Amino acid sequence: MLRRLHLEQPDSFAFTPENQAWAEKQLTKYPEGREASAIIPLLWRAQEQEGWLTRPAIETVASMLNLAYMRALEVASFYFMFQLQPVGSVAHIQVCGTTSCMICGAEDLVAVCQEKIAQNPHELSSDGKFSWEEVECLGSCANAPMAQIGKDYYEDLTAVRMGEIIDELAAGQVPTPGPQNGRYASEPLKGLTTLTEFDAGKHQYNASVQLASDIGDTVKRIDGTEVPLLAPWGQAAPTTNAPVQVTGAPANQQKPVAKRPAVKKAVGDKTPGATPSKNKPASKDGITKQEANADSAAKPRGKSNPPASASASAEKKPRTLSAPRKAGADDLKRISGVGPKLEGVLNELGFWHFDQIAKWTDAEVAWVDSRLKFKGRIERDNWIDQAAKLAAEG
Amino acid sequence: MLADQDRIFTNLYGMHDRTLAGAKKRGHWDGTAKIIKNGRDWIVDQMKASGLRGRGGAGFPTGLKWSFMPKESDGRPAYLVVNADESEPGTCKDREIMRHDPHTLIEGCLIASFAMNANACYIYIRGEYIREKEALQAAIDEAYDAGLVGKNAAKSGWDFDIYLHHGAGAYICGEETALIESLEGKKGMPRMKPPFPAGAGLYGCPTTVNNVESIAVVPTILRRGPEWFSSFGRPNNAGTKLFAISGHVNNPCVVEEAMSISFEELIDKHCGGIRGGWDNLKAVIPGGSSVPCVRGENMRDAIMDFDALKEKGSSLGTAAVIVMDQSTDIIKAIWRLSKFYKHESCGQCTPCREGTGWMMRVMDRLVKGNATVEEIDMLLDVTKQVEGHTICALGDAAAWPIQGLIKNFRDEIEDRIKTARIAAE
Repeated sequence: MLRRLHLEQPDSFAFTPENQAWAEKQLTKYPEGREASAIIPLLWRAQEQEGWLTRPAIETVASMLNLAYMRALEVASFYFMFQLQPVGSVAHIQVCGTTSCMICGAEDLVAVCQEKIAQNPHELSSDGKFSWEEVECLGSCANAPMAQIGKDYYEDLTAVRMGEIIDELAAGQVPTPGPQNGRYASEPLKGLTTLTEFDAGKHQYNASVQLASDIGDTVKRIDGTEVPLLAPWGQAAPTTNAPVQVTGAPANQQKPVAKRPAVKKAVGDKTPGATPSKNKPASKDGITKQEANADSAAKPRGKSNPPASASASAEKKPRTLSAPRKAGADDLKRISGVGPKLEGVLNELGFWHFDQIAKWTDAEVAWVDSRLKFKGRIERDNWIDQAAKLAAEG
Repeated sequence: MLADQDRIFTNLYGMHDRTLAGAKKRGHWDGTAKIIKNGRDWIVDQMKASGLRGRGGAGFPTGLKWSFMPKESDGRPAYLVVNADESEPGTCKDREIMRHDPHTLIEGCLIASFAMNANACYIYIRGEYIREKEALQAAIDEAYDAGLVGKNAAKSGWDFDIYLHHGAGAYICGEETALIESLEGKKGMPRMKPPFPAGAGLYGCPTTVNNVESIAVVPTILRRGPEWFSSFGRPNNAGTKLFAISGHVNNPCVVEEAMSISFEELIDKHCGGIRGGWDNLKAVIPGGSSVPCVRGENMRDAIMDFDALKEKGSSLGTAAVIVMDQSTDIIKAIWRLSKFYKHESCGQCTPCREGTGWMMRVMDRLVKGNATVEEIDMLLDVTKQVEGHTICALGDAAAWPIQGLIKNFRDEIEDRIKTARIAAE
């Protein structure tokens, strides 16, 4: 099936620091040299953050995995869950239309979407809030007909209920996912025929719905703070390096907003085009994560806000500058591996010139590394030699 | 009917405690280390003796598949890959295991990996199952915390890591070699066989790909013994099985039952009967979208297992039963499957890439009756040319539903063509 990139693309893409940490951790799942395996999870994370998959996002992910852009584009265009065009700002509704759902009334659900959203699939509604498409079997056939909205399955639907759900979403509410006809999961509607002894004392919802209501990220764009970042397989290995564990500590994850506001703010300031959060809808309480951060913006530039780190002893803070020298800042993006986002972070930490970077010692590299949240990136891309050369060029 | 204490998935609907503690209370993770201490050959022999046939659709004996893995490593690591890319239309059984009884799967992964000399296991879950992915990951984290997986997993002396990987909505990635390609970060296009995955699979290393249900039943089989498992169902069709019944029954559901249960009992006991009574039954697709449909009157006395359904001209497949009553436009129902296969063809082999589109367009006209009677045979002929001429079985899977339709409902297609012609004149 022919799928192309959208005609209008944003200028740039950057993962939020949390999503970046998440992405770096995903790489550790695969054997060395097989990082390309992580492409689907990473592209998906990018889509969850932005709502759809942009060309800069595809290219960013390709660079992270040392892949040719074409390889990443192949993957992005092959898999149908990757939305290559903008989707509704509130929700993209995916109605299952394959036989089981079709004979149970999926066509009526599509008609509701056509009436309430737009005539054609992938077309934005006039207010830009919704889009829809008919997808192939979503694997919830015993609960047909159903639709996936955001991350969740709404099952056992009727046309009336589908209309109500769209209205509720439009009004800023999030209807409870799962079966809409009173069922718990996929048991017979008229009561259990098996496993009856455990009918009492159960959780309020089945596992899927419980997670949806606990995490509360159903239709919102994610920034990586939703679930704790764990990589238990990495903990057994003694070589796991410290900075990642620092960012991965569950305590950090629960209240990330309080932990590293300065870095986040810096990203927004330095790369106006990146705005990963631009279209992010307000969370339930009406406060976006970005707004919540704003109170820390008054901190002076260049002053880093390092997270409390157990491994700090092996680190040494390098000399930093509060502003570039008079001749103006160097273009740090010339270092291979440094993009606009990383440049912003480096500036925020107080690095503006190649010669500063060229002088880092090992301990200082560790200090920077733990603040960049790019595990081993400095050494892998050999920033110091690169910076020394660039500094010599003047 | 199967008794509750003989069911393997005792938390199928998630009404119990879904945590590790709950799973242990239900008997999972009990004596895992002891099972492993019995050794590789013992496990494989027990699996062979149990008669378990793969639950992913093809029904290949699981124990035999494991025995294809190299006994001694030649320096390459071995991998177990669990196929959780459940996308066959009608199938929704693995989802229930992963979100509600995930520890059966994780324990199975440990034992199966040990049996095939693998220290690492990848579970490839379909991308749309976002909550199921989260539930399964949470269970994996729990198992790591409890030392059941990781270094010296469950104190068995075997180092074992388990990773959850997800896809992004391609049906073809349920084919084992396409799944491996996808897991390597490429487009999910099936590979030529040989070499088979047991020789060169994931990252060029020996790999076995098993369905979720096949792996999740392993610990219970080994705990209770192969005789217990093979006491259900007819010979060569042993065990219990998750059936997913969807469509026009009064209470669609997923339920675990013994193999070789009669279709009538399955529907009456668990699904409250056919909508509008048994006389209202028109057709049944007994094993997921890839198998031919069966006329309702032929299905009533059917037995739900591999061999019996083969005699009915169909197959058990994934035991995803799609029931259609007299109100169904059967031609349209099959046309929708043709559309599905056209959408999901990976585009690698010409007969499938072109054939699925061609078949869908002819089906499109048959739905409207805008065709000639001769075209039915032409369509049948094309399905035979697609079938068996592609790298993977997607070509076959696209052909069989149409063949089943023409075999069972030719009269209806012809009627529609005639009616349309009369209406046009």
